[in-house]
Amino acid sequence: MEQILKAKAIDKKFGSVYACDNLSIELYTGEVVGIVGESGSGKSTLLNCLSGSLVPDGGNITYLDRDNNWLDLLSLPEPRKRNLLRTEWAFVHQNPRDGLRMAVSAGGNIGERLMAIGYRNYSQIRAEATEWIEKVEIDAIRLDDKPSIFSGGMQQRLQIAKNLITKPRLIFMDEPTGGLDVSVQARLLDLIRSLVRELGLSVIIVTHDLAVARFMANRLIVMKNGKIVETGLTDQVLDDPQHSYTQLLVSSILKV
Amino acid sequence: MLEVKNVAKSFNLKNLDKGKFSVIRDACFNVNSGECVALIGNSGCGKSTLMRMIYGNYVCAVGKIYIDKENILDLKAIEMSILRKQKMGYVSQFLRVLPRVSTIDLVMEPLLDQFESRARAKDIAETLLSRLNLSSKLWHLSPLTFSGGEQQRVNIAIGFSKDYKLLLLDEPTASLDRENKRIVMDMISEKKEKGSAILGIFHDKEVRDKVCDREIDVSNFSAS
Repeated sequence: MEQILKAKAIDKKFGSVYACDNLSIELYTGEVVGIVGESGSGKSTLLNCLSGSLVPDGGNITYLDRDNNWLDLLSLPEPRKRNLLRTEWAFVHQNPRDGLRMAVSAGGNIGERLMAIGYRNYSQIRAEATEWIEKVEIDAIRLDDKPSIFSGGMQQRLQIAKNLITKPRLIFMDEPTGGLDVSVQARLLDLIRSLVRELGLSVIIVTHDLAVARFMANRLIVMKNGKIVETGLTDQVLDDPQHSYTQLLVSSILKV
Repeated sequence: MLEVKNVAKSFNLKNLDKGKFSVIRDACFNVNSGECVALIGNSGCGKSTLMRMIYGNYVCAVGKIYIDKENILDLKAIEMSILRKQKMGYVSQFLRVLPRVSTIDLVMEPLLDQFESRARAKDIAETLLSRLNLSSKLWHLSPLTFSGGEQQRVNIAIGFSKDYKLLLLDEPTASLDRENKRIVMDMISEKKEKGSAILGIFHDKEVRDKVCDREIDVSNFSAS
């Protein structure tokens, strides 16, 4: 069992408020870790620190790259970091507009990421883009349409295809099904789950929806006020929560 | 295969006054490979709680639980989830699955997790579902719309798709008719012959008499 990402003693303050207060987290290859907590608990800030879009005030983060080198992410040169983001990592945003270029065709959005890692052969790019757009259950005839005329669920699936086409090893997801209809949500979660299994991905997924966490994550981290209050196997944290805050959270779920 | 040693369990509901409940104390027993052991005792005496601790679903803070000579209470979450996938199946009374995923895909999932090929996984899943008398018309539907008995058989198919070293069964035949109950009893006997250690809760005495080698009365471990 191999670690892929290690973060130690991460601090991040906004003004006088700690969004991340001395947080340590490790992720193993093939593991899906869910981070849950109410809004303002610091879960997105933690995700942004881990993925390099925010610089923490303190702590250190290391990542084991494809060539088996541990990289110190906080001192990594900017070009190398950008390269990682394009090749070995992916970030799925809650709002697909943050992860897509709305004025570029669906195929262009996907192909762009392939070109960024050196693909030059147009027909090959198109073939792979077609394969992936079908994988996320969008009809291939929509390849030349712009995502601005797609539904929210399709946009989100397109964003996932765009992120996964380069076969990343580590994926950060921030409320990937947050703005979607429940009917679309279940299928999308199942899609993500089977891709995770097929490709052996490691995933950190932030969600405030405990049902999403139950179906997606092997392990759960519960955050409150910038601190980790509880962590463990997902079903154990949800079925036998130990911390008073987790108990409150779990006992407050509405059931239909 | 399974050894439970001096296990105790209490629940502490921290948002309530007097929210502390002791359920089990000093539970000790073991289950060998090729053996089926029944947990018995009155409703509420802690049978399911004990079983859930063995599965790692409930926290066990006191005692030791060995599976294949490994104390699972020492394992990290990731190690426990790997141990589950490799060695331990759990059939609960309730079906809890992602909506809109087809029955056949659900049964195939544990097999795919262990890198079986899709074709082989499909083959095994179809054989199991047919054996459990689930009409092939239903295979491509989500089981969430099925009847209680059908859902229970889907759960059984998921738990029996692999030859786990340890199989935990929480009332697997509770809502089944005679014919299907007989089939499930046969399946349990076959798993025993293949060397699985089986721990089960069966309220049905006929099932216990037919498939179980021993009984453990959980009320002997009652904390109250």
